[in-house]
Amino acid sequence: MTFLDLARRNISRHWLRSTLAVIGIVIGVIAIASMGILGNSIGLMFDDMVSDVGDTIVVYPATGSGTTAFTERQITDITRAAGSNRVIPVASTFDSITVGETKSGAMIYAMPAADIQFLLDKEAGTYPRDTGAGCMIGSRLAANSKETGLKLGARVRIGDETLRVTGVLAERGMGFDINPDYAIVVPYRWYSNHYDKDEYDQVIVKVRDVKDIDSVREAIEERMNRREEVVNVMDTKAILESVFAAADSITVFLMGIGAISLIVAGVSILNVMMMSVTERIKEIGVLRSIGTRRNEVMRMFIYEALILGVVGAVIGGVLSFGTGYLMTAVLVGSPDYLYNVKSLLYIVFGMAFGIITSVASGIYPAWKAAHLNPIQALRHE
Amino acid sequence: MPVIRFDNVSKVYPLPAGDVVALADVSLDIDEGEFILVMGPSGSGKSTLLNIMGSLDVPTAGEVTIAGRQISRMTDDELTLMRRDHIGFVFQQFNLIPLLSVVENVEYPLILKGGKSGARERVAEILQAVDIAESHFTHKPGELSGGQQQRVAIARALANDPAFLLCDEPTGNLDTKTGTAIMDLIARMNREEGKTVIVVTHDPRMTEYADRTIHLMDGRLVA
Repeated sequence: MTFLDLARRNISRHWLRSTLAVIGIVIGVIAIASMGILGNSIGLMFDDMVSDVGDTIVVYPATGSGTTAFTERQITDITRAAGSNRVIPVASTFDSITVGETKSGAMIYAMPAADIQFLLDKEAGTYPRDTGAGCMIGSRLAANSKETGLKLGARVRIGDETLRVTGVLAERGMGFDINPDYAIVVPYRWYSNHYDKDEYDQVIVKVRDVKDIDSVREAIEERMNRREEVVNVMDTKAILESVFAAADSITVFLMGIGAISLIVAGVSILNVMMMSVTERIKEIGVLRSIGTRRNEVMRMFIYEALILGVVGAVIGGVLSFGTGYLMTAVLVGSPDYLYNVKSLLYIVFGMAFGIITSVASGIYPAWKAAHLNPIQALRHE
Repeated sequence: MPVIRFDNVSKVYPLPAGDVVALADVSLDIDEGEFILVMGPSGSGKSTLLNIMGSLDVPTAGEVTIAGRQISRMTDDELTLMRRDHIGFVFQQFNLIPLLSVVENVEYPLILKGGKSGARERVAEILQAVDIAESHFTHKPGELSGGQQQRVAIARALANDPAFLLCDEPTGNLDTKTGTAIMDLIARMNREEGKTVIVVTHDPRMTEYADRTIHLMDGRLVA
């Protein structure tokens, strides 16, 4: 028999009241944990959408500068500025394509055949060569063209020329440079001959070490924008950072909502504890008169709040798994985000916050109980 | 060396309407093994005297020595330890802890003192000495009669082997027959165990148990 045991007995003496207080904590923990998981999952979803572009610098002709495309000479300048990092010039256009009898439109990206493999992963087939009349198709385009027969090995007409599909690209998701999932990728030599062009629309620089991204970016800007603004340089790291900052503030906002419900639960614990103290004034007087010290009385009541908090936090933590699963499955579309370490940490965080709230709410009632005048408490009816 | 010594003790309660003098210049000695009765009408200062003897309260003036220690400058914790280690309280309303069983109630002061080994044996011994059957040990106080509850309360008061028992109207809530049995038990503890006993009461029949009776009137001792 200890003070902890006394606290436990007092809680079970008023099980309905204690249950209600625990339910408050449970709801608070669930709210804070599942809101945290939801916010984190939204962040993870962004992360997945803008896939593998964190190491990319995209160079565009500066808006309003008179430059609308890059010449070979400018490409050479950019390549020099980028040092040993791979520079991939890209040209793009929109054109109508014909597969069999079906005519439709598609985005066409052109880049040096040797560079395609460094920018895009393939799902099937081979990368086209500069010399042949080959092309690759995006994975979504391939998936959507089952009826027209646009697939690996098929022939596709662009203008008056026919290209053979040598490969299918792996799905890439939304990017900041190019979006090849619904497009056709052709070697630049073919593009240049076919459209009679020798300029590029953008340059993608793949930076080998993400830490160099800022210095490479500065080097390109310095070299190209010497007299006037010729290029705009965008690095995806900066874009990603702003996206993540947005996701983080969503998380904070959602957790704030959870925290409010936990504060309400704290008030309910405070209320329960105050009732417990008021009802037991006489008992406290007896305990004090037969030699229970102030800090021992205080401990007894803090333990009560602690038990309520721990029970509520454990139940809430378990239920958070369930609601977290529902949240991620229904609202974000993939329950896998729940099994992320950070998501699980939010459950731990919610539980810790629940326990802390309970104990904090118990401090004042416990202090009050410990500082009752034993003589007056004994006389209390 | 007396167990309790009051040296010119006064207790004044400051109230907005004027000071209330609860005890005025009280001096007394209570020796070891004595059976003392404190009597007096309501408002005479009995409760204040009892509270100060029980180190629940400290005097405004004068000095009180309990078990060889002066209490007027003690901290709250020191006063609490004094109650725990040297004083056994018996109340009119028994004041057992409803959450605890009979055994646990008697064990509680021992646990407060940090005792572990042999505590249960000592508890059983004391409970047998106050005539509580072993079949009642695991009952909660509410399941016992008034007389039985007061016996358990006396057992609790004796648990830490105190210097004296302080009984506040111990028979006030009991019928005459049960009350007599309780007084006989207290007297037996005084006679056989040599416990110093102070009983505050209204009941004049108690004088036959006492070695000495202290009369209080308006906060002063009356010869």
